[in-house]
Amino acid sequence: MNNYNPTITSTSAVSINKVLRNTYMLLSLTLLFSAVTATASMLLQVSHVVSLVCSFGALGLIWFVLPRTAHSAAGIGIVFAITGLLGFGLGPILNHYLALSNGSQLIATSLGGTGIIFMALSGYVLTTKRDFSFMGGFLMVGLIIAVLAMVANLFLQIPALSLALSSAIILIMSGLILFDTSRIVNGGETNYVTATVSLYLSLYNIFVSLLHLLGIFGGDE
Amino acid sequence: MDAMQIASAIFLILVLAFLFPRAKHMFLNSPKAESGDWSSALLPLIAVVGFVVILIWLVSQ
Repeated sequence: MNNYNPTITSTSAVSINKVLRNTYMLLSLTLLFSAVTATASMLLQVSHVVSLVCSFGALGLIWFVLPRTAHSAAGIGIVFAITGLLGFGLGPILNHYLALSNGSQLIATSLGGTGIIFMALSGYVLTTKRDFSFMGGFLMVGLIIAVLAMVANLFLQIPALSLALSSAIILIMSGLILFDTSRIVNGGETNYVTATVSLYLSLYNIFVSLLHLLGIFGGDE
Repeated sequence: MDAMQIASAIFLILVLAFLFPRAKHMFLNSPKAESGDWSSALLPLIAVVGFVVILIWLVSQ
């Protein structure tokens, strides 16, 4: 028996395209907003304490506020608040790298590299339309191990571990871009607000980790 | 050990507390990989590794 129903198929395709379009539009706007808040933070020369407070604020919004507002218009405001806080928190890191003689080159390379990684991975999923949902558990376990190692390295301060962690984070976040994009493409994610936050966090972490790696290998300190 | 280290550790522990139930749920409910799934995922990830190596080589010149 043929279960193909063109009406349902075309309706879901339209719905998936709408989620995808809205996600990419909101992601673009939030990245621009982050760039603005990061610039403001750099100009204000905020300290690492302020950066950490912003990270706590963003985590609180993601944990407690986003799940309650993701299905309403307020969710868009919360996404801007989260990305604005995370962008503002980048100020001290960017100022640190800008103090190096080739700092602006490192930041530009990290930014460009992050953009290319994102576009290539998204393009791969959109072209192949493969389902990467099987990676979910594996990626989350990897992420938990990486965060545990980060806690340990805060106190151990082993440079090689720090290097390995930045590399691992880039790989895990790249996997999460495949996972999140395939969920949108295959209809598993229907909320563009949560999809935007997931993709934004992957991009943010790739950028910071790539900057760290490039700073280690190419920084003229 | 300074206050920033302790605050950063608290932040990361909170991130773990946030991630753990989601990871458990995803680990238990993720569909199993079929043949060819892992190779299709590893291909772009290997490309990312290669690209990052090129970027590192470029900035270290």
